[in-house]
Amino acid sequence: MKLELLINQKIYALDVAPDEMLSDTLRSKGFLSIRKGCDTSCCGLCTVWIDGKPVLSCTMLSFRAAGKAITTIEGVQPEAEKFARILASEGSEQCGFCSPGFIMTVIAMKNELKTPTEQDIQHYLTGNLCRCTGYMGQMRAIKTYLRGEVQ
Amino acid sequence: MFTIESLHQPQTLSEVKQIVEKFPDITVLGGCGFLKLSSRKIPVALDLSRCELEKIHETEQQIEIGAMVTLRDIEKNPSLNQWFDGALPKAVSHILGVQFRSCATIGASVYAKYGFSDILPALLALDTQVELLRGGRMPLVDFLSKPITRDVLIRIVITKDKRRVSYQNLRNAGADFPLLNAAVSKHDAEWKIIVGARPARAEIAVQASKLLTSSADGTVDSGAVAVAASMELTFGSNNKASAEYRQAMCQVLVKRAIEEVLA
Repeated sequence: MKLELLINQKIYALDVAPDEMLSDTLRSKGFLSIRKGCDTSCCGLCTVWIDGKPVLSCTMLSFRAAGKAITTIEGVQPEAEKFARILASEGSEQCGFCSPGFIMTVIAMKNELKTPTEQDIQHYLTGNLCRCTGYMGQMRAIKTYLRGEVQ
Repeated sequence: MFTIESLHQPQTLSEVKQIVEKFPDITVLGGCGFLKLSSRKIPVALDLSRCELEKIHETEQQIEIGAMVTLRDIEKNPSLNQWFDGALPKAVSHILGVQFRSCATIGASVYAKYGFSDILPALLALDTQVELLRGGRMPLVDFLSKPITRDVLIRIVITKDKRRVSYQNLRNAGADFPLLNAAVSKHDAEWKIIVGARPARAEIAVQASKLLTSSADGTVDSGAVAVAASMELTFGSNNKASAEYRQAMCQVLVKRAIEEVLA
């Protein structure tokens, strides 16, 4: 089926299968930041924003994204880099495979929640798995990132 | 991963009706989170995302939740957080992560009648009806007792009343399925106790609910009622927990929920 998708503020004319998931469509157009860690809707690695809300692109059918604004990490590069540097400085950037989805969720959380508590942060990020870091470094990095925004 | 041979995207419910009559074996697409784990070959799929069913509509008497409303929308909806002690948002907030809940829809969650459902116990604790394309409107409890038929769930309708509600759940890990959950509500003098993920589908503990309803104010023995609920319902074993463990934990969750309603 033919459709137009708005990806990072640019329109793409595409021909997708009705059962094609958005993660596959995006990767086929070169958005290789989209990772599929589990393919069972559990890991959060494939997170993109649809109209500013984080969703699992491995679980969203591509045709349902028509008429909506899709944002990948390539579309928020300056902000993503800012947080990625904090992640690295806290020692919580290891293999990096989960980072794009994780960073997209953290930035979405920052946009959505005002002054989140540690419990709010844990709740928001429950759907993002990382098998390297043990999460403590990530939590430190998020707090530093959010503090920086307040300052 | 499932495959779809042909897809229909109606824009009105009358178009949905025509399509369903033409293709009796049609598969309705919800959030696809569970469907994508299967390798089903779907000859004809129906997408309801253009039928304006992604909204929560509130009137003086009711809250109507369209079938395509996501679990995340329910979690964040101000009215649903205000009514029924926020039991519905609380029930869905434990389901995987924010991104998954932004995909999963209430229509598919209810229509599939999953045993592990977090939302069914909470909905059963309320005055909830389902509206089906063919079957019309009926109480949720009646819908759940019938075998799954070929129909399309259009919306969930909840009566706005002043009942107190508590939702409790137990998981082996934060983002896992519940190994047991429970909801308790009190509307005027009438109590309802529901236990789900037993691992069978959520069910009302009728006798224990009656026992609670017949208790005079100030004389509720929450522990005894919780034991009665655990004796009345059946429990099974799976890879998450044994039947014995579920029965024991049922007493804890139900007691906790009763005490939260009374608080």
